[in-house]
Amino acid sequence: MTDRPADERVHDFLEVDQGLTPATAVVEAERCIRCKKPTCVGGCPVEIDIPAFLAEVASANFRGAADIIKRDNLFPAICGRVCPQEIQCEGSCILGKKGLPVRIGALERFVADWEKEQGISLPDVAQPTGKRVAVVGSGPSGLAAAAELARAGHKVTIFESLHRPGGVLVYGIPSFRLPKVVVEAEIAQIAIMGVEIRLNHLAGQSVTVDELLSYDAVFLGTGAGLPFFMGIPGENLNGVYSANEFLTRVNLMHADRFPEFDTPVARGSRVVVVGGGNVAMDAARTSRRLGARVTLVYRRREDDLPARWAEIIHAKEEGVEIICCANPVRIHGDPEVTGVECVRMEMCANDVSGRPEPQPIPGSNFTIDADVCIEAIGQGPNPLLIRQMRGVEYGPKGNILVDEEGRTAIPHVFAAGDVATGAATVILAMGGAKTAAKAIDRMLREE
Amino acid sequence: MYRVEKAEKLAAKVFQMWVCAPHVARQARAGQFLIVRIDQQGERIPLTISAVEDDSVRIIFMAIGKTTSHLSELKAGDTILDVAGPLGKPSEIPSNGTCAVIGGGVGIASTPIIARAAKAAGNHVTGIIGARNADLLILEDEMREICDELYITTDDGSRGTHGFVSDVLRTRLEEGPMDCAWIIGPAIMMKVTSQVTLPYGVKTYVSLNPIMVDGTGMCGSCRVVVGGETRFACVDGPEFDAHQVDFDTLMQRQRIYLREEREALDVYHNDRCACRENGLHD
Ligand SMILES: Cc1cc2nc3c(=O)[nH]c(=O)nc-3n(C[C@H](O)[C@H](O)[C@H](O)COP(=O)(O)OP(=O)(O)OC[C@H]3O[C@@H](n4cnc5c(N)ncnc54)[C@H](O)[C@@H]3O)c2cc1C
Ligand SMILES: Cc1cc2nc3c(=O)[nH]c(=O)nc-3n(C[C@H](O)[C@H](O)[C@H](O)COP(=O)(O)OP(=O)(O)OC[C@H]3O[C@@H](n4cnc5c(N)ncnc54)[C@H](O)[C@@H]3O)c2cc1C
Ligand code: SF4
Ligand code: SF4
Ligand code: FES
Repeated sequence: MTDRPADERVHDFLEVDQGLTPATAVVEAERCIRCKKPTCVGGCPVEIDIPAFLAEVASANFRGAADIIKRDNLFPAICGRVCPQEIQCEGSCILGKKGLPVRIGALERFVADWEKEQGISLPDVAQPTGKRVAVVGSGPSGLAAAAELARAGHKVTIFESLHRPGGVLVYGIPSFRLPKVVVEAEIAQIAIMGVEIRLNHLAGQSVTVDELLSYDAVFLGTGAGLPFFMGIPGENLNGVYSANEFLTRVNLMHADRFPEFDTPVARGSRVVVVGGGNVAMDAARTSRRLGARVTLVYRRREDDLPARWAEIIHAKEEGVEIICCANPVRIHGDPEVTGVECVRMEMCANDVSGRPEPQPIPGSNFTIDADVCIEAIGQGPNPLLIRQMRGVEYGPKGNILVDEEGRTAIPHVFAAGDVATGAATVILAMGGAKTAAKAIDRMLREE
Repeated sequence: MYRVEKAEKLAAKVFQMWVCAPHVARQARAGQFLIVRIDQQGERIPLTISAVEDDSVRIIFMAIGKTTSHLSELKAGDTILDVAGPLGKPSEIPSNGTCAVIGGGVGIASTPIIARAAKAAGNHVTGIIGARNADLLILEDEMREICDELYITTDDGSRGTHGFVSDVLRTRLEEGPMDCAWIIGPAIMMKVTSQVTLPYGVKTYVSLNPIMVDGTGMCGSCRVVVGGETRFACVDGPEFDAHQVDFDTLMQRQRIYLREEREALDVYHNDRCACRENGLHD
């Protein structure tokens, strides 16, 4: 492995995985047997030509490898780091049947980082078409759509409500997993391609829906930023956070460096994190780095934890205690949090998701001492803008309904990423955005 | 970067500032707010949009903590790194009725824009503004110009009626009907004053000021309890039906960072140059 030791990294926010060297990258890439029918490619949502790029790495032609990857993915330094490879490309690698799959993600990251050091070659930009496209949101979906549309020669303006572009990549995913310089470098590329990013612009407020609709096309990539709360007693006590708030304070506002930076965050000595996904793991590992003892409570079994496998391992190595089959029922405190009361869960008949449904075991309550409780139980699309877009249709969870190419019910308005799929992954957001951008391009050319 | 067009002191520790922010000014309506972040190290803090003129918006604030103190030192020509907005829902202004717009302390900052909108919708507008003493009273002339009638109160009697805005409001309610009232000020003032309108059946709004981060409904920091339900003040508010608001939870949650706020202010006063001279950390 290429991870820094847990007892060292738990004191800082520097990247955990140090990545491959040119020599180790070549050796790893040589393991690929170049299947005639490469199953790995089918596991990648944007279908990178994996055996082709691995072949270039194996012959130490890293520039060639980068060019192949960038045909399908303009943000390889990000995806190589955060994709859940074990259920995507690597999970589908034939070598994984008997032994270890090729470390495709690590190699993709290596190639991207290498290219960044050497100087990135920008993709060709087509002749200007004179068409204007508004992109709302600068998360993975907005960035991918903007890149694709700019490449096709359209004039793209991104509206982003925060003061920094990147969406979850900058406010959610911590820098020890995804250094912010990596995100900045990938965003700088699209600025060079001529995309204008207007920060501090909340679409629906600073920019009206009518103004958006005056563009030749609109792409909505507003994400799933609305945090859910459990709705249990004690949730408004001081020290109870949504993971979004906690992570935003630390990642976007640098509360870990308070008072050098002005934004504070409650530094718990004992933190309880509720949930089992990537968001929960990030909140738990961030709390460890702020010096707390951390217990993560998840209502299903350990095997059901939805987080990336690497993050679960990392969290455990860093001393995060994981209690499975338990669910909070009440938060104690007055007015600061003093403890989180949980009930044990047992697995019963399968629910709609096809997994056994967790049910509370009466009388099994126990309380974990805590001064901070972070809820990471999921999030949905922010209704602020989409409720104003008359004619858009929604699914049951408030997500925008789109066809397979990202068209909404309003002509010229497209959507992809978490706002369409519900909270999902970076690469799915980028893949969906790319498909939508292609459809937008076709529409604009046909007009 | 957003340029400070004008900056001046209005009263002890209270400042008004015009900032050029066309994207905010173009769409801003009564009851909305913006968020500023002064520099790379800065916190995002919400401030009410108190007036709009061409491309500029006016903010009025009391220098109580680190950010507002820093803001109070900016002069015309200086810049603010980020201004986001307009945020929140606009006030729901009825037409052709009788309204009161009541402000306490720096809360008075929010009153002219609402009073003006109410007036423009054909309402008879009563203004009631109050402060601890005459030196802290702001925007009296402006409010007098907008409102059909204006009442002034001070806690110590140094100007206008000796007493609280709630006292004057009660007297006013006994004299005749009122359709709608806005009460804006410190949480405790809003809690007490909104009790006064309850028996009279007056539709009453308060503008809540919980601690915020993004101001777009993404973090939940600003959650308040209204009618027993959790709402996000930055997108569902900031104005809510006063008689449904759980003010005690609001006040409790405003105190989350008391210790850190004191520390930040101390650090700011003690060695404010040290960390900023090092330039940008990011
Ligand atoms: C903590 C955390 C960890 C994660 N870890 C992983 C991981 O390891 N691997 C993985 O694949 N996925 C991970 N995910 C999921 C992944 O980040 C998301 O699926 C992805 O970011 C979705 O991209 P998006 O562009 O749809 O939305 P977002 O990234 O949410 O971006 C939306 C952007 O739109 C802006 N916006 C919203 N509304 C407006 C408006 N009205 N006007 C202007 N701007 C607006 C927002 O400010 C934001 O910048 C994680 C998510 C979180 C929260
Ligand atoms: C929608 C909205 C509109 C607002 N409009 C204005 C305005 O027009 N003018 C103005 O002066 N202030 C306004 N506020 C309050 C203002 O945002 C805070 O006072 C500000 O965050 C203070 O920052 P600071 O760093 O200077 O002080 P801090 O160090 O953050 O706090 C210093 C002191 O202020 C108190 N405080 C902190 N946050 C708040 C808050 N949100 N509300 C009330 N007290 C607080 C603290 O308890 C502490 O005693 C508004 C708040 C909201 C939510
Ligand atoms: S983009 Fe993600 S899924 Fe596709 S090859 Fe790269 S790491 Fe694997
Ligand atoms: S499945 Fe594995 S071995 Fe086969 S081409 Fe893909 S990476 Fe190479
Ligand atoms: S301030 Fe973040 S949700 Fe309101």
